[in-house]
Amino acid sequence: MSNSTPANPASVAKSISRPKDATAAVSSIVEASNPVQGPNNIVAPTKMTGSQAIVRSLEELGVKDVFGLPGGAILPTYDPLMDSTKINHVLVRHEQGAGHAAQGYAMVSGEVGVCIATSGPGATNLVTALADANMDSVPMVAITGQVNSAFIGTDAFQEADIVGITMPITKHAFLVTKAEDIPHVMASAFYLAQTGRPGPVLVDITKDAQTSEMTFSWPPKVDLPGYRVVTRGHNKQLREAAKLIASATRPVLYVGGGVIKADAHEELKAFAEFTNIPVVTTLTARGAFPDSHPQHVGMPGMHGAVSAVTALQQSDLLVTLGARFDDRVTGVLSSFAPNAKVIHADIDPAEISKNRVADVPIVGSLDEIIPQLHEACAARFETEPQADLENWWTLLNRLKETYPIGYTETQDGLSAPQHVIERIGALTGPEGVYVAGVGQHQMWAAQFVKYERPRSWLNSAGLGTMGYSVPAAMGAQVAQPDRVVWAIDGDGCFQMTNQELATCVINNIPIKVAVINNSSLGMVRQWQTLFYNARYSNTDLNTGHGTARIPDFVKLADAYGCVGLRCERDEDIDATIQKALEINDRPVVIDFVVSADSMVWPMVPSGVSNDQIQIARGLTPEWEEED
Amino acid sequence: MAKHTLSVLVEDVPGVLTRVASLFARRAFNIHSLAVGPTEIEGISRMTVVVDAEGDSLEQVTKQLNKLINVIKIVELLPDTSVQRDHIMVKVRADAATRLQVTQAAELFRASVIDVSTDSLVIEATGNAAKIEALLAVLEPFGIREIVQAGTLAVGRGAKSMSDRALKSLSA
Repeated sequence: MSNSTPANPASVAKSISRPKDATAAVSSIVEASNPVQGPNNIVAPTKMTGSQAIVRSLEELGVKDVFGLPGGAILPTYDPLMDSTKINHVLVRHEQGAGHAAQGYAMVSGEVGVCIATSGPGATNLVTALADANMDSVPMVAITGQVNSAFIGTDAFQEADIVGITMPITKHAFLVTKAEDIPHVMASAFYLAQTGRPGPVLVDITKDAQTSEMTFSWPPKVDLPGYRVVTRGHNKQLREAAKLIASATRPVLYVGGGVIKADAHEELKAFAEFTNIPVVTTLTARGAFPDSHPQHVGMPGMHGAVSAVTALQQSDLLVTLGARFDDRVTGVLSSFAPNAKVIHADIDPAEISKNRVADVPIVGSLDEIIPQLHEACAARFETEPQADLENWWTLLNRLKETYPIGYTETQDGLSAPQHVIERIGALTGPEGVYVAGVGQHQMWAAQFVKYERPRSWLNSAGLGTMGYSVPAAMGAQVAQPDRVVWAIDGDGCFQMTNQELATCVINNIPIKVAVINNSSLGMVRQWQTLFYNARYSNTDLNTGHGTARIPDFVKLADAYGCVGLRCERDEDIDATIQKALEINDRPVVIDFVVSADSMVWPMVPSGVSNDQIQIARGLTPEWEEED
Repeated sequence: MAKHTLSVLVEDVPGVLTRVASLFARRAFNIHSLAVGPTEIEGISRMTVVVDAEGDSLEQVTKQLNKLINVIKIVELLPDTSVQRDHIMVKVRADAATRLQVTQAAELFRASVIDVSTDSLVIEATGNAAKIEALLAVLEPFGIREIVQAGTLAVGRGAKSMSDRALKSLSA
């Protein structure tokens, strides 16, 4: 087995051998087929400890920033880490924060995010972030210390079988018990994390592997005989797809987060404009196609725009690009887009025909497939002109005009949360980065901020992790210090991870946090309003207007050394946002006191067909107009 | 549900059995039998997994298995183009009065007696599932004390080698 190499390494090398600012004295680029990322310096065999090898491997892989928190089993590695001039370590206050920060870092930059934790509870605190990254295909590597290999299995102090725990929620998990395995495992972990369908990789390293001597050389050999990535689409399938596209009268480009992961947004725009097909962008794909583009018909799904949901429902051809027919998009699967044929392009073959059977499956990387598809369509249209889409566009444009995403004024005199979020987006602009938690504020942030570029919208889409926002925004800000990074958070979410404000203040990471404070677990409350006779079981958080205000978010911000602002009236919203935008030397937390009764609309109630989308409570669009 | 036999070539590394087994569990597949052992190539093991599954879900589980980093290749072995064998050991009551009957029954199935005591025999048999079932039916009246059964083993008919082809595609 030792003479085998991963197939197609050349085709994936493109995305992994991006030269970083190589400053090493001995520098030479090894052959392009080497799957080891980073500047690819040649390092002659050098004696060092395992922990020095961990730090050196990170350096050689081109890692600049890591997030972590030390503890007993990872202590040996923190010692050489202190001496590294290439790696900036951000000391978090909770390991979950390190995990989400690594995610945020990866999402905005496209680089692998890195987090470090100790064994046992340190490692288990990473579990939520790993599961989150696995669901949303975020490239990250988690390094955990493990107890001495002689103690494994003895229930030693701070021992947890983290490899076993994370097997189902990572792309892969390694246990390293020998120092000499460190370089090639580290290189393999980074390779796995960012090639193919990206995902989290865990490297668990025993304390004795960290302390023992080894001989370090670079680059190591990455030997993964069972790992192959297909990047180029199959020509026959592409021709088949072009044939369907040519004759479709109601086609839709159903665009998912894969387009952003593959950096294929420009290719998408060119293809969309060439074919004039309407585009919908899912929750993970916001920004993959500009919101301002006339061909953009909105976000589909449970809280999607009427135009986008209807486009999918009434389509005769779904051109699915890096999306996965998630239940939040399809509603009841059997009634989803009943008359549509499906072209499904994805880098993960297991996604194709998992939920919805594909008529034309295309496995590959979207940055290759979309141009291939473009070409195939161009060739096809020469012999078979594309079907007329005028009627289709007339219908969708009417829906866009008649049912734009909007909101109603509040009845209780408090601000409308949608208005607050809309103003944050408008005053900050498309160059900002917007990071949401999970719940109503997340949906409003997806609906009311206008996204014009990829990697400007981060959220926990698949797992739905409350508490994602603050630490992920922190990671995003570290990756892109020059951008304005907004954490658009809820009062519930914010209380789960706001300890990272300390990390932000101490490390000069000036994120801006907008707490959309409706004093409740708002999305749960909305469901209680709609489906549980307004019986508000355990959703009142007492953080808002007229409550005990526990905690007082302004005082909390102040205690952390952030600027704390409160905004309680519509007329102060713009000025407060402006004030926050002018502060760049420390984090700002704004307590936006908003109405608890505002609801997220449109909504497809759970368990019904997307045809039953409601634009407000009990109000469905006027379908008869359409025909 | 129909039974399907999957041959899975895996890297012989710690945890690989857990990964494969837990994947079946997570996707709610019932493993009927599982056999693991080394192959002619060092560092590569082969699992033979018999699962209950329907067409679409079998395809899905195969794809999910393929995503495991340590899984190198998966082939479904069809009954017509492969040979499949079960292996069983049965401890049967047999005293001086019945011993001859039991050994004769075993001989009919080309099974062998591998242990004898005053009141029992251990019989070892190899064959397809139907043969094993028939043997057990014959032994039943004597009194079966214990059954130990290995997972089904299966290999494709003809000269082609699954591991050869798997490795060839890797180095291509």
